[in-house]
Amino acid sequence: MQAANQSKQSVITGPTQIAFRNFNFYYGEFLALKNINFEMEKNKVTAFIGPSGCGKSTLLRTINRMYDLYPNQRAEGEILLNNENLLSPKVDVTTLRARVGMVFQKPTPFPMSIFDNIAFGVSLHEKLSRAELEERVQWALVKAALWPEVKDKLHQSGMSLSGGQQQRLCIARGIAVKPEVLLLDEPTSALDPISTSRIEELVIELKNDFTIVIVTHNMQQAARISDYTAYMYLGELIEYGVTDELFLRPKKKETEDYITGRFG
Amino acid sequence: MNSRPIDTAPPVRKPVNQMGSRIFGGLSMLFALLALILLAGIIVALTIESMPSLKAFGPAFLFSSEWNPPAEQFGALIPIYGTLVTSIIALVIAVPVSFGIALFLTELSPLWLRRPLGTAVELLAAVPSIVFGMWGLLVFAPIFAEYIQPLLAATLGKLPFIGQLFSGPSLGIGLLCAGVILAVMIIPYIASVMRDVFEVTPAMLKESAYGLGCTTWEVMWRVVLPYTKNGVVGGIMLGLGRALGETMAVTFVIGNTNFLSTASLFAPGNSITSALANEFAEAERGLHTASLMELGLILFVITLIVLVLSKLLLLRLSANEGR
Repeated sequence: MQAANQSKQSVITGPTQIAFRNFNFYYGEFLALKNINFEMEKNKVTAFIGPSGCGKSTLLRTINRMYDLYPNQRAEGEILLNNENLLSPKVDVTTLRARVGMVFQKPTPFPMSIFDNIAFGVSLHEKLSRAELEERVQWALVKAALWPEVKDKLHQSGMSLSGGQQQRLCIARGIAVKPEVLLLDEPTSALDPISTSRIEELVIELKNDFTIVIVTHNMQQAARISDYTAYMYLGELIEYGVTDELFLRPKKKETEDYITGRFG
Repeated sequence: MNSRPIDTAPPVRKPVNQMGSRIFGGLSMLFALLALILLAGIIVALTIESMPSLKAFGPAFLFSSEWNPPAEQFGALIPIYGTLVTSIIALVIAVPVSFGIALFLTELSPLWLRRPLGTAVELLAAVPSIVFGMWGLLVFAPIFAEYIQPLLAATLGKLPFIGQLFSGPSLGIGLLCAGVILAVMIIPYIASVMRDVFEVTPAMLKESAYGLGCTTWEVMWRVVLPYTKNGVVGGIMLGLGRALGETMAVTFVIGNTNFLSTASLFAPGNSITSALANEFAEAERGLHTASLMELGLILFVITLIVLVLSKLLLLRLSANEGR
């Protein structure tokens, strides 16, 4: 903890997008995240790694307050999104979730056409003309590197696509509402290697427009695509640093054990 | 140390006995065929029994509103109308209410309330229909005549066109009353099916919708309902099937008259099932019995048509979402 606290000033070099301050998270009585303090840089990819059950997904899901859906879960402390505490009761979660998009472990296309899958989220938050909406859908599909594959079948069901295409559809859906932050919760865990590498390329591409936070089980993936990596264990942030540094010269024994495969 | 040589020859395996699985396969096919045979048997028996009436009246049976046993003049229009109208009323009331119940139980209800409420809904399905009938006749119908019908007549009754449906004397018993009782009876079926299918919707799909900034209503209406449409339509069909075939409760409150001169839903009428229940015991062999049999056949066909329509509806819905 000490190291994470000390390093928070020095780790990131650019502007801060998200900052955790004295953050604790509970499942009922169980303290699942303990005193988390760190900052994530704007327009960079930050990866959370760690063994199963270490709290990395839990941490990710606090950034769009997904835990609000579940009555037994609560958070204390602060999460600052552009210096605004998003745990404050004044924050409207539906607006927050338009600012913080999320993509899940498995592709979750909605039971509607490809076009509507993307237009759906946009029309929740914005009043656009048909032409503007079409333009936005195309923009999102181009960004998600899916446009060439679906441009002739926008009115087919989103469920008719392959797994990798569905996941890019979900990414397109997420970015179509133009969020500031995109959360990716093990986005490639259900995909084959080719689809996985396409998503990875996409993530690197997308950081020009969005701040990206990714949870991954795959350390090579974190090493390949992230700028910063946070290693978590048993609900604590053990080490946080520039990805290359963390993988080459981990400061903590626990981190080293994990990334060298001696444990986890 | 290891003096015994390792035996690498394949072990002697038991011959596989296919007998058991053959018997099992044959038996299960027999049971499945039994359903088909029964269905065919019922259709054939109903058709044969209703032959005299089919011959005597032909298709006019469907459109004639005259039901006069002494004169041996029979027409099914009034019972068909009563069956369809009461079932439609029941669905119009029960579907939105059931959706509300299922939505509340799956998304909004506090955890401690979920189980008691869910059980209460299921228990409602266990109430015998004759109890609903007695309650409808003795308790509900008087209240309905005293307070609800005048209110409906004063509000909806004043509207153009549909006003006609809510006019006339407030008798309590009648088509509308039967429809309301039917609605109460089918709500537990539709609601518990809807709740079950809403509950098996993947949490991740719901979270994806919430994650885009949907409200609970938008998640349910735009994502969960389309996702579960097969189950939901199935639940509604289950309720509709029950409403079309319900006999006892309807017989108590529909009024049992084969005379209908107004479009008002306040008027008493008859349904296919209540006509059968009322008249079968005292029907003379011959044309009267045959006509009642034909009524049964018609109910069967109506149910079949409803089933086909629901399949077509599902196909349409799938086409709409681009499949």
